[in-house]
Amino acid sequence: MNTANQVLKKPMELEISDRLAKKFRRNLIERGIEFLLLLAAMSAVFTTVAIVSILLYESYTFFEHVSLWDFLTDTQWTPLFADAHYGIMPLVSGTVTTAAIALAFAIPVGTIGAIYLSEFASHRVRETVKPILELLEGVPTIVFGYFALLLVTPLLQKFIPGLPTFNMLGPGIVIGIMVIPYIASVSEDAMRAVPMSMREGSYAMGATRFQTAIRVVTPAAISGIIAAYILAISRAVGETMVVAIAAGQQPNLTFNPMDSAATITAYIVQVAMGDLPHGSIGYQSIFAAGLVLMLMTLTFNLLGHFTRKKFREAY
Amino acid sequence: MNTEASTLKDLDAVRSMIKRHKLNDYLFGAVGLSFIMLILLTLLVLFIDLIMDGYPKLMSWDFFSSFPSRRAANAGLLSALVGSALVMIITFVSAVPMGVAAAIYLEEYAKKNWLSEVIEVNVTNLAAVPSIIYGLLALGLFVYILDFGTSILTAGLTLGLLILPVVIVATREAIRGIPVAIREAAYAVGATKWQVVSQHVVRYATGGILTGVIIGMARAIGETAPVITIGALTFIAFLPPSPVTTSAPFLNFDWLWSGFTVLPIQMFSWLSRPGADFHVNAAAAGAVIIVVTLLMNGIAIKMRYNIRKKIKWQ
Repeated sequence: MNTANQVLKKPMELEISDRLAKKFRRNLIERGIEFLLLLAAMSAVFTTVAIVSILLYESYTFFEHVSLWDFLTDTQWTPLFADAHYGIMPLVSGTVTTAAIALAFAIPVGTIGAIYLSEFASHRVRETVKPILELLEGVPTIVFGYFALLLVTPLLQKFIPGLPTFNMLGPGIVIGIMVIPYIASVSEDAMRAVPMSMREGSYAMGATRFQTAIRVVTPAAISGIIAAYILAISRAVGETMVVAIAAGQQPNLTFNPMDSAATITAYIVQVAMGDLPHGSIGYQSIFAAGLVLMLMTLTFNLLGHFTRKKFREAY
Repeated sequence: MNTEASTLKDLDAVRSMIKRHKLNDYLFGAVGLSFIMLILLTLLVLFIDLIMDGYPKLMSWDFFSSFPSRRAANAGLLSALVGSALVMIITFVSAVPMGVAAAIYLEEYAKKNWLSEVIEVNVTNLAAVPSIIYGLLALGLFVYILDFGTSILTAGLTLGLLILPVVIVATREAIRGIPVAIREAAYAVGATKWQVVSQHVVRYATGGILTGVIIGMARAIGETAPVITIGALTFIAFLPPSPVTTSAPFLNFDWLWSGFTVLPIQMFSWLSRPGADFHVNAAAAGAVIIVVTLLMNGIAIKMRYNIRKKIKWQ
């Protein structure tokens, strides 16, 4: 009896330690995998850190040569000329002007389009138009540069005599056309997320479609709509190829859409196309310009983040 | 009598008000529809015009099989097509495993603490960073600090970083669509967390992940600014060394370090030349880019709609 028990017990004990070892191994592997996944997720943080440190590091050398005061107040930007001036304002004015033209055009059209799609359009129209809008978001910007230079500007020149080949109006309008699908699609998502009961409540009080759309649905979806605007601003400000191709490359402190001007992004492209030696002041100037661009878009992104948080309504 | 008249008058006022509001409705509907149609038509006209401009070139096989040339008539897309394809390999290899892994961590493993919050904020923010900033990052980091030079490797890694947020966001969305019950069932039969994730969650989310990957790759193919910023050349009259060789070990990685050009850069270089004959080439290149990206996006969007429609987990 006793011996029989011992015989039975031994393999069991063996099995238990075996199992424990197995479990230990398994846990170890699980931990390892979790760590690898964490590393992959941290890549986003590493990328941000890398972007910020590269921009700061190269700009630091730039600002050893150029005082911050000159950078912000000088009205000329000519780092590649013998008589070098380093005032960022002409590039900022070009960036702001093209983005403003784009948004003046895109925000009203995009919003009305979104309200129409979400509140007025029949199911069939919506199901046809929405995928097309999503599709259009994927069209590369270089193609829009072609439109701005060779189709839109010549067309504008017919109406506005004396408009130069390179101007800010054409690219501005084209960037507007480019971000409309984005604004419309994202705002529409926000409006669709408003619960049906709110619309029903409004209709029950005798409101029309238009009244419901403007006074109930739009205010309820406003956080999503503003977030769409802000991301559109970020896109318009950071847009590169359209302005590099069609707005000209002369930095020009002007807000007149009929003038040609360079934006921050167009300047970076212009320098990168040339052969500037690593470490020269011209080379570092693109990082200083990039830092300004990064700060501009970061401001808008954070603004978007907080508006979404502040105005978010939970249903 | 008097009250009756005033009721009638009130009734008329109400009726006219209703009429006015209905008119408003109608008007707004018309305006909205015409805006949408106007934008879609404008873009359609622009696309058609582009394709018509490039039509003579698109119809000749030489355009796809020749190198760039000083003469517009002889210039072709060959080096750009090969360059784009090779760069996309690197982009895919660098962005997809990393993006999917990051998304798995954020959805399945991350605890609700400050670290997860920091990662989330970074992913959202990176998605909105202008693409040219990635070019500056790559110029400083890959080209000079790591000394990869202006190579296919640098371009691929740059575009990989650029589409990483796209892949992460799409994968997270796909994973979030898998119901908890699937996980619980797997746990109940003794699966470990990784087994649950790799054999069930990711497997069922593959369709959704794929749509994100395709959209990301389409974006990478069309990106111009970051590749210009790292100093890509516009005139490449040679092909990178072939990745596959006839003798053992059959694989060759010299192409990673090769100079290159890609489709959008080729288009940009033709577009920035004065003279209408090169613009025809630019239009043809643009048509190729549009067809490729619209096709990829179209497939992805169609897939997404199908997945949304088909899968009912209950």
